[in-house]
Amino acid sequence: MPTITLSKKELLKEAGKLSDEKLKDRISMLGTDLEGIEGDRINVEIFPNRPDLLSQQGFGRAFAAFVGAKPGLRTYDVKKPTQKVIIDRSVASCRPFTACAVVKKLKITDERLKEIIQLQEKLHVTFGRNRKRLAIGIYPCERIAFPITFKGMKPDEITFRPLEAAGEMTAKRILEQHPKGKEYAHLLAGLERYACFVDAKGDILSLTPVINSHLTGKITEKTTEVFVECSGFDLRVLQECLAMIATALAEMGGELQALELDYPDKKIITPDLDPKKMAVDGAYINRLLGLELNQNEFKKLFEKMGYGYGKGTVLIPAYRTDILHQADLAEDIAIAYGYENVEEAIPNVATAGQESPLAAFEAKVRNLLVGHGLLECKNYNLINEEAQTAKMLLNADVVALASSVSEEYDTLRAWILPSLMETLQRNKRHEYPQRLFEIGRVFAKGESEAGVKEKERLAVALCGEDADYTAIRQILDDLLAKLGVDAAYEETIHASFIPGRVARVSVGKEEVAYVGELHPRALESFGLTMPAAAFELDLTTLFGLLRG
Amino acid sequence: MTDDVTKLAAGLSPLERKTAPCLKKEGTLAELATASGLQEVEAMRALQWLEGKGCVKLATEEQEALVVLERGQKAAKEGLPEQHALEALKKRKTLLVSEIAATLPAYDKQAVGAVVGTLKKLNIPFVTIDGKPAFKWVDALTVKESSERALLAKAGKSGWRLSSDSLTVEEKQAAIELAKRQGYAAIEKRKEKSYTLTPLGEALTKTKELKKAYAERLTPKMLEDGSWKQQEFRPYNVTINVPKKTGGRSHFVNEAIGYIKRIWLDLGFEEMEGDHVQTAFWDLDSLFVPQDHPAREMQDTFYLKDPAKGKLPAALLKKVKAAHENGGDTGSAGWRYAFSDEEAAKNLLRTHTTVLSAQTLLKIKEGKRRIPGKYFSVSTVYRNEALDWKHLFEFHQVEGIVVDEHADLRHLKGYLREFFGKMGFPDVRIRPAHFPYTEPSAEVDVWDPRKQQWVELGGAGIFRPEVTKTILGEEVPVLAWGLGMERIIKEYYGFEDLRDLYRNDLEQLKTVKAWLK
Repeated sequence: MPTITLSKKELLKEAGKLSDEKLKDRISMLGTDLEGIEGDRINVEIFPNRPDLLSQQGFGRAFAAFVGAKPGLRTYDVKKPTQKVIIDRSVASCRPFTACAVVKKLKITDERLKEIIQLQEKLHVTFGRNRKRLAIGIYPCERIAFPITFKGMKPDEITFRPLEAAGEMTAKRILEQHPKGKEYAHLLAGLERYACFVDAKGDILSLTPVINSHLTGKITEKTTEVFVECSGFDLRVLQECLAMIATALAEMGGELQALELDYPDKKIITPDLDPKKMAVDGAYINRLLGLELNQNEFKKLFEKMGYGYGKGTVLIPAYRTDILHQADLAEDIAIAYGYENVEEAIPNVATAGQESPLAAFEAKVRNLLVGHGLLECKNYNLINEEAQTAKMLLNADVVALASSVSEEYDTLRAWILPSLMETLQRNKRHEYPQRLFEIGRVFAKGESEAGVKEKERLAVALCGEDADYTAIRQILDDLLAKLGVDAAYEETIHASFIPGRVARVSVGKEEVAYVGELHPRALESFGLTMPAAAFELDLTTLFGLLRG
Repeated sequence: MTDDVTKLAAGLSPLERKTAPCLKKEGTLAELATASGLQEVEAMRALQWLEGKGCVKLATEEQEALVVLERGQKAAKEGLPEQHALEALKKRKTLLVSEIAATLPAYDKQAVGAVVGTLKKLNIPFVTIDGKPAFKWVDALTVKESSERALLAKAGKSGWRLSSDSLTVEEKQAAIELAKRQGYAAIEKRKEKSYTLTPLGEALTKTKELKKAYAERLTPKMLEDGSWKQQEFRPYNVTINVPKKTGGRSHFVNEAIGYIKRIWLDLGFEEMEGDHVQTAFWDLDSLFVPQDHPAREMQDTFYLKDPAKGKLPAALLKKVKAAHENGGDTGSAGWRYAFSDEEAAKNLLRTHTTVLSAQTLLKIKEGKRRIPGKYFSVSTVYRNEALDWKHLFEFHQVEGIVVDEHADLRHLKGYLREFFGKMGFPDVRIRPAHFPYTEPSAEVDVWDPRKQQWVELGGAGIFRPEVTKTILGEEVPVLAWGLGMERIIKEYYGFEDLRDLYRNDLEQLKTVKAWLK
């Protein structure tokens, strides 16, 4: 989740005086994760449902309403368009939509410039999904001439000096050599045309979503008027994003001016900052939250969250993108009411507790094994492929992960014994005999929605000078006897065990276990210098048989 | 004093009892072992115990000794190899180097090189005869008695071992020379342990109590024939530490899991079960997590390579897809994007047990579970993260849902307080948060009195209608929570590092404290 840095001074200018303690508390209870306050800097983590909070101005607006300093819907004056942006047909195949605005009378200080850059970057990463969903461009009006055209250009037609580059570059070179070009080249892969903003003089303003021009796309402290565009694939999303940026710039003191967008099939005016209306189902909200709020209280609480409210209808600011349903309103009411003020209760609903029968069975097995003086281990279900195949002298088809941050854990375990072998390996320095067991999940390709059959299994391993077939059989026999199971043993071949010293164990027609002395080569592959004997028992199948 | 000594003597262990009568005012461990007929380790153990009781003082001295080895022992009788060669030279007047070996005793044949060197050092003329190297006798020479041989002889009289302290300066030199000869002798350094009796120890050695016959063990025979009646049993020192012994036990994390399960069972919750491998459809899509949500990327989720894709339940897929694209019949606007079946079919390791809650809603719809109903699980979830002290790629989630027409946010707070109170955290708060599948959503914090701060232990909320209505077919409040179990229990065990829970170090497994809540 993105973290933004706020100026405490600026925030308190909006929200009024608050102690650090109160500030911390209110920030947390607004639904933003406070990371810390250091001097004038406040670091706050913003949840992905509230991209409108990703700027000093957006956060300040919400916070001032929440603490009661400036409640209610904020409105922004937008002047009628005097200029236009032409959307050429050629852009349809690459980035078909844009939403744009002009902001005038800005005083861009060093601080403001940082805020604008932060907002743009954070929106790119989150709401823009790393520019895949949308990209934002901000350009100094003093360098560009309207009308502006948004069009798809062939890569070899595109030559300009990208931001901070020494000179002009072709699109190909930008994508190969410019740091931003390299970073976002994948978003243009396979396209015949690249989307560019071009001004009336024919200067390229930017290659979206990659980079602006150094000459026409770089704002400085001298800039007072900017052209803002959001471009991407969904006009509604672009409008929302533009509303977040435009209102943030307006909060900086800018004056908003709309633009006429000439699409091939329609003309629209952006930005559209008209609030959306939604009828409020007060009964639903009250029921969900366990409250009994009346109209006045609803109005007060909605206003604390920056909404307008009247006659059962809420006015949702254009920059709020997260209101899909009454439930979203309910949450904002809960936040405004204060989660901390909701009383606690346990309803008197009679339901019977019920443990999973298999888990209860496992607990019984666990108890019996502890009675044998065995120590229970608990290893991860992820395991290295080698450890559960080659090192056990097996060649088995196991369930593999596509990618793992911890590379040594690249498969799901198909059996438990390799985990115990690894445990023995790690505990070589401790005294012998070592007598272990583990109950856990195993995975094999098979019949299920995902195509993986999962079972619960038990492995017991004895390691030490006396660990032999008799010793391990005694434990298995005792366990099966106590579970009331009549098992049959037959000689079998299993590569992990010494030939002639391994048996397959069946109950009825079902094979449920194998038991034997570990092959010296398997012991060697885990660096063990003590003999070991083990069994592995399929608890899922056994339990199924017992239940009949 | 006498009483004390008597009591002390009565409480001696069998080894001490054997040793005590043999103790002198002072002596070495070796002497004591010989005198008591015990092995040195046994005598040492007895001495250490006696030291603990204030009867002796132990000292360790480093001792150097010349130890004569097999060839040296033979040479003590037969003579050193150069003496054999010199005798032969004296007789024959000349001696080819090639003839030297024949002059040497069988055990010393390989000493030819050493002999040549020694003869040269003695300034015996080294000449060439018919092109062959040889030594020549000069009458002025006398074959001296060697100091090395004398030392060997001396050592022979004292068990082939001479303490360095007992050697003259000349003998010490000879000893060094002998040690250079292969297989002749070695200079051995060893720690010699000795003891001195304290006054209490002296009293102990003299007490009559030592002669008294105690029974060491009560034997079955004594019980059968009744002879125990005539026996007095040696009193033990019952305050002494005994060697550690540990028993079998279940894994301590499983002990905690058992307790957590009982809390929910007692509150009338039914346990949920399900597969660890799920399709993205169940794990994410059914829970209204948009397909371009950052958490769905590779670095956060373990996707499967093989089998990479699973089957999707067709009817539900259609409804979930509609919920994402336009809200379906839930009254929501939906996420408004094009839902991909392909993306939904990807297999992954469940990132949360909330997937079990989603599947339980379907079971309710199918009539296999009930409303009102309360369901829980304590089981494994996976996150594709590097292992470090505060992250595990595999951990447990404490999951719960309450499906009830009358459930509301107050009850969510109530259940969470009930649970955390029983886990030893009486102060619980919830604060606003965001999860795609709950609205309202809450982060659950508990107050850590040790660190004096709120600690985040999980997420909670009420399922969105896009989840409930879509799967269940009707809109019923579903309170839900998913809490990180390891972070809840690690405090109890005093672990800072989460990995300590799954080190599987046998010593730790044997000794970690039991779950006593």
